[in-house]
Amino acid sequence: MKELLIWIPALPFIGFLLNGIFGRRIPKKLVHWIACLTTGVSFLLAGIVFFRFIGQPATEFSFQYFTWIQSGAFRAEFGLLLDPLSMVMALVVCGVGFLIHIYSIGYMWHEGGYYRFFAYMNLFMASMLMLVLADNFLLMFVGWEGVGLCSYLLIGFYFEKKSASDAGKKAFIVNRIGDFGFVLGILLIFLNFNALGFPEVFAQVAELPVEAGYGLLTAIGLLLFVGATGKSAQIPLYVWLPDAMEGPTPVSALIHAATMVTAGVYMVTRTYPIYTRAPEALFWVALVGSVTALFAATIGIFQRDIKRVLAYSTVSQLGYMFTALGVMAFSAGIFHLMTHAFFKALLFLGSGSVILALHHEQDMQNMGGLRKYLPVTCWTMWFGTLAIAGVPLFSGFFSKDDILWQAFAAPVPHHLIFYILGTVAALITAFYMFRLMILTFHGRTRYPADKLDHVHESPRTMTTVLSVLALLSLVGGYVGLPAWLGPNVFKHFLDPVFKYLPSEQQAAAAHHHSINQELMVTGIAIAVALLGIIVAWVLYQRRHVTPENESSLGWLHRLIYNKYYVDEIYDATVIHPIQRTSESFLWKVFDVGIIDGIVNGYATLSRALGIFTAQLQNGLLRSYLGWVVVGSLFFVIFILFFWSA
Amino acid sequence: MAIPLHHLLILGGLLFCIGLVGVLLKRNLIVMFLCIELMLNAANLTFIAFARQLSQMDGQVIVFFVMVLAAAEAAVGLALVIALYRTRQTMDADDLNLMKL
Repeated sequence: MKELLIWIPALPFIGFLLNGIFGRRIPKKLVHWIACLTTGVSFLLAGIVFFRFIGQPATEFSFQYFTWIQSGAFRAEFGLLLDPLSMVMALVVCGVGFLIHIYSIGYMWHEGGYYRFFAYMNLFMASMLMLVLADNFLLMFVGWEGVGLCSYLLIGFYFEKKSASDAGKKAFIVNRIGDFGFVLGILLIFLNFNALGFPEVFAQVAELPVEAGYGLLTAIGLLLFVGATGKSAQIPLYVWLPDAMEGPTPVSALIHAATMVTAGVYMVTRTYPIYTRAPEALFWVALVGSVTALFAATIGIFQRDIKRVLAYSTVSQLGYMFTALGVMAFSAGIFHLMTHAFFKALLFLGSGSVILALHHEQDMQNMGGLRKYLPVTCWTMWFGTLAIAGVPLFSGFFSKDDILWQAFAAPVPHHLIFYILGTVAALITAFYMFRLMILTFHGRTRYPADKLDHVHESPRTMTTVLSVLALLSLVGGYVGLPAWLGPNVFKHFLDPVFKYLPSEQQAAAAHHHSINQELMVTGIAIAVALLGIIVAWVLYQRRHVTPENESSLGWLHRLIYNKYYVDEIYDATVIHPIQRTSESFLWKVFDVGIIDGIVNGYATLSRALGIFTAQLQNGLLRSYLGWVVVGSLFFVIFILFFWSA
Repeated sequence: MAIPLHHLLILGGLLFCIGLVGVLLKRNLIVMFLCIELMLNAANLTFIAFARQLSQMDGQVIVFFVMVLAAAEAAVGLALVIALYRTRQTMDADDLNLMKL
C-alpha cells in the first residue's frame, strides 16, 4: 500500500507538469486525455487502496517516505497518513475531481487557455490530495497553500476581465488572513509539543486533561479555526467565496463547493484531540458555524445570479458542517461533507450547463421555462435540489438530519441554540433552492425569444457526469442511516479515527437518547423543508414572482440583495483605512521621504565629494607632482614617528 | 683624511631638495628632466656614503643599477620630450593639460 499511496497525489502532479510544460504544443485532445487519465488512475488507485485498507485489521498507517527538512534538531518527514478519515477524503476528492475533469472537456472546449485550465486543475488535485493525506502539520500546510494558489489562479482564469482578477486577489488576500492564524497555531503546537506529526502530537495531547476556560489547547484550537474560517468561508472571512464565482463553472464546482472549501472542516476534524479538550474553542466553532449557516442562507434568498445563490448556499452548508464539528459530531460533519460534495458539485455543474446553453447568461431574471430545452440538466438538478433541501430518501436528508439531531442531543452547553439556527437555515435552504429551480426551469420563459433557437442541451460528456452525480446525490446518503432506520456504516467506519476522545465525552457519546426524540427532530426537519418548498412554490410557481418584482419588498430586499452591505462595511473599516494609510503615509511620507530620501541622499553626497575631488584633476603636471611629494612626506613622517612594528 | 658621514648626507639632502624644488617650480620640460637626474644622483651619493661607512659593497652595486635606470629613463624621457615638441611646438609643462577634467 505504501507504494500505491504516494502515486495518488503524485499522478495529478505529473499531469500538471506534462500539461504545464508541453500543453501549448500538443493537441487539445491530448491535453484532456493527460488530465483525465492521471486523475482517473489516481481515483482507481484510491479505490484499490480502499479495498485493501478495509481488508486489514489495523486502522491507521503512517508511511514515511523520506526526510523532507532537516535543520539542527528540527526534522520534518515526508509522510502520508492512511486512516478512515483520509481515506474518505481521498475518495471524495478523487471521485468528484475525476467527474469534474470529464465535465470540463465539454465546458471548456471552446475557451482559450485549455491546457492552462487542465494544468491548474491537476495541480489542484495534487495539492488537495497532499492536504488530506499528509501525516504532519507542515506537509498539510503545503497542500493547504497549494490549493489556495490554484484557487487564485483558477478564479482569475479569465484574467483579462478585471472583476475576475480582482476576485482572485480577494480570495488570495482573505485566505492569507486565515493562513496567518493557521501558521501561528502550527507554531504553537511545535513550541509546546516539539513535534509536528499527527500521531506524535495527538498522543501527547491525549495525555492532557479537558481544559476549563481558556488555555493552551483553546488558543491552538482558535488559531487553527481562524485558518479554517479563511479556507472554508465562514464568518468573518467568507466574503471571498461568492466573488470566486468569477471563475469557470467547473472550478466553482470542484474547488469552491465540493473539495477545497471543505479543507477547513477536514482540518478541524483531523485535530479533534485538541478541540475535544478545549470546550471554549469548540463552542466558537459551533457558534460561527451555525450563525454562518443561517446568515449565508438568508443572503441566498434574493440573489439573482444563479451561481451566487449556489455560492451562498455553499457557505451555509459549510456552516452546517462546522456546527456538527462544534457539537463533537465529527462523523456527521464528514458525512455531510461527502453528500454535500455530491449534490453541490451536481448543482454547480448543472448551473454551468444552463450558463453554457444560454451563452453565459447568469441572471435568473432572464431564465425560466428552460425545462423543455435542457431536460437532462433539469432533472439532474432536481435531484441535487431535493438532496440539499433535505427531502426524505435523498442523501442530504440523512446527513443534514444527522447534524440537526446531534446538535439537539449534544452533550455541550448551548447546543439548542445551534439546533434552532440550523433548523431555520434548513427552512431557508429549501426555499431558496426551489426558488432557483422554478425561476430557471419552470414558469414562463423570460429568455429573449429570438435567441431560444440556439438553446440546446450540453454535450454528452457533461450530461453523463450530471447523471452520475445525480445518482450519487440520491444514494450517497444510505451509508449513514439514522439509528431508527438501520446501521450507520459511515460512522462505524470512521469511529476508529476518534480514539483520543476524552473519557468523559466517550461516556456522554455512549449515552442513548430515545428513538422518539430522534423521530421528533426528523419530523421537524421534514416539516420545515416542506414549508420552505411550499412557500417557494406558491410564490414563484403560482404567483409568477420574478427577481424583478421581488424588489417591492423595499428596504428588506435591498438589505439582503446587497448582502447586508458586508463588503461595504469591510471596505469602510478595513480596506479603505489601509489604502488611505498606505497612500498618505507609507507612500508619500515613508517611501518618498525616508526610503527615497536615504537613497537620494547617498547620491547627493557622493556627487558633492566628486565635485570636490575633481578639482585635484587640474591637468597641471606640477600639482600632481606636488601631491606625490605630499603623499611621500606623509608616509615618511608616519613611519618615522608613528610606526611601532 | 676622511670626510665625516653627516657631511655627505647633508650634501645629498641638499641636492635632493634642490632637484625637488626644481621639478615643482620649473616649467621647461628639459630643466625638469635635469632636476630629476639631480635627485637620482643625490640618492646615489647617499648610497655611496653609507657603503663606505659600513664597508659593504651593496650600496655601490645599487648605484650602478640606478645609473643604468637613469640612462634608460633619459633615453625614453628625451624621446618623449622631442615627440611632444614636434606635435605641440612647446616645451612648457603647463600647456600640456589635456587631461584636465
